[in-house]
Amino acid sequence: MAEVSLHKVVKRYEGVEAVRGIDLTIGDKEFVVLVGPSGCGKSTTLRMIAGLEEITDGAIQIDGTVVNDVPPKDRDIAMVFQNYALYPHMTVSENMSFGLRLKRFPKDEIRRRVDEAARILNIEDLLERKPRQLSGGQRQRVAMGRAIVRNPKVFLFDEPLSNLDAKLRVQMRTEIKRVHQQVPVTTVYVTHDQVEAMTLADRVVVMNDGVIEQVGAPNELYHSPRTRFVAGFIGSPSMNFLRCKLDREGEDLMVRLADGVALTLPAESRERYREHVGRELVLGLRPEHLTETRPPRNGEVVAPFPAVPDVVEPMGMDTLVYFRVGREEVCARMDPSANPRVGEPITLAANLARMHLLDPGSGLVLGTRPTG
Amino acid sequence: MSQTAQASSVAVPRRTMRQWLKRPSTIAFLMTLPLILLIGLLVLYPAGYAIHLATLNKGMTRFVGFGNFEFLFGRETFWMVVKQSCIFAITAVVFKAIIGFVVAHFVHNIPSKGQRKWRGMLLVPWVIPPAMSTLAWLWLFDPSYSAFNWVLAQFGADPVPWTGDAYWARFSVILVNIWIGSPFFMIMYLAALKSVPDQLYEAALIDGANWWQRIWYITLPMMRNIIAITALFSLIVTFANFDIVRILTAGGPLDLTHVFATWSFLVGIESGDIPLGASVSLFMMPFLAIAAVIILRDVVKRGSQA
Repeated sequence: MAEVSLHKVVKRYEGVEAVRGIDLTIGDKEFVVLVGPSGCGKSTTLRMIAGLEEITDGAIQIDGTVVNDVPPKDRDIAMVFQNYALYPHMTVSENMSFGLRLKRFPKDEIRRRVDEAARILNIEDLLERKPRQLSGGQRQRVAMGRAIVRNPKVFLFDEPLSNLDAKLRVQMRTEIKRVHQQVPVTTVYVTHDQVEAMTLADRVVVMNDGVIEQVGAPNELYHSPRTRFVAGFIGSPSMNFLRCKLDREGEDLMVRLADGVALTLPAESRERYREHVGRELVLGLRPEHLTETRPPRNGEVVAPFPAVPDVVEPMGMDTLVYFRVGREEVCARMDPSANPRVGEPITLAANLARMHLLDPGSGLVLGTRPTG
Repeated sequence: MSQTAQASSVAVPRRTMRQWLKRPSTIAFLMTLPLILLIGLLVLYPAGYAIHLATLNKGMTRFVGFGNFEFLFGRETFWMVVKQSCIFAITAVVFKAIIGFVVAHFVHNIPSKGQRKWRGMLLVPWVIPPAMSTLAWLWLFDPSYSAFNWVLAQFGADPVPWTGDAYWARFSVILVNIWIGSPFFMIMYLAALKSVPDQLYEAALIDGANWWQRIWYITLPMMRNIIAITALFSLIVTFANFDIVRILTAGGPLDLTHVFATWSFLVGIESGDIPLGASVSLFMMPFLAIAAVIILRDVVKRGSQA
């Protein structure tokens, strides 16, 4: 039973505010991922929860107790570092048991916990090795093992996969998720990789410039981002943003783009955008919702979208097509069988049920409730 | 066809010679050759000559083998110098190491802005030529007019015969050696401290280690190689120390503060028995060589553990 909550937490370094008053509650056994670009304050937030950074203002509670002035060792947390921070002169089992040995646990209890963690992480054969004799992935497992044996209230992960190569990263991602299912503990995980955030999290916290942009389940962030930052950060390749004007034509609402392309909005979105008619807005449309023309699936409303490809990138599963609308570059995701060629005009289909309209000034996505 | 075969068979040895000359390792060897010769001239020749001298009689006319050593082993003063040198070197190195370690920690924890200043100031004793600074110490130790005894007098204490009494004289030479040598340990340990990743300390902090446990389980093991090499280095240099003892006590009172170098100087140069002096200075070499081999083998075995 461990809930972590942050109340108006501020971190200030000599005049610079790295974290600017964030509120967040992480439920018991929940897996929460803090994600954002470098310098957004996510690592600082994690280190404040760990007690490695002092809190300038606000309060952090673990399990109902304010821990602002509690040293890390008494917070009952375990942390996995980006470069693993294994003790190089100790064997794997010594590394894992270090915390327990300091707390003078009985020997057979230590043995039992280390063996148990080694079994979960599949590193039973490595227990007598030194860290330098291990591969990156194995070191990562040991670092997790060191966290697991402590049986802490909260797990903290600080970009644990950034030092691994792409293939291993995917493998370890699955591993972390599996471990969390076997050992369900409240977890705070920091990463700059939105794919990691989406795949691992029960809830994702998107941070930017020291504040929380949005908190939500992965699919919620993907489908209903509240700000331009979140819309652009989640999803790969990122969402296209096109300047446009919202016009009315009879009953229909139309989005007019820079080079004269006009897209008719589906009937069900009319209500949402009616009050913005006549305004200059920004159209947000993900590459996966701008595809080759195909028979619409149930209820899909598509609008034709003419394009002349500049660059074609075959990805195997999809082919990414880049083209220009006015001065803005747009990416579309096509089926490889459509076989687009550079310079040959094509007509794409824009799935307007999935589009967003944004306020160009505030960057807020229109028609969503403001972050509460 | 046969022509080309012949031509190539002739060309082969010449080409290999040229290739050998062009190989990077050959070039590197040739470029370091002047230095190798210089070291040979400045180190190996004197060392060999000292060994040669040690086997001659006082007039340097006759080969006596180990005769000089047999003579030394029979003399009480020699064994006293051995004992004195060991006390001097070991005590000084231990204290230099401890003080260097503690001071390195303090300096390491100074915010980086002010750190340069402190590092510079703390290196001063090591940078001043020892003969000069030892002279200053000699004045501080003067029995009648010195600052130390004046301060003691202010508290009503009796003056201390800093260089006149055997025990105080030993204390004084060791103290000066520590004063001069500690900054070397400090700077080596500081470099070692800086190479320990901060995240190890953070991990230890979360694992629940207090400051003492962090030093014992993280800092010391991470610094073991540097500690070993620095101690070995300092041990050799301290055993061979000459200037401090020479200036401060000149071996007195009653030869009780002599170390190998000063006694060797006394015997060899001042008393004119150069072969005997050479024997004295060579006596420690095998012991230090064995210590060096053991310590360095351990260092190599551990390698870089990071």
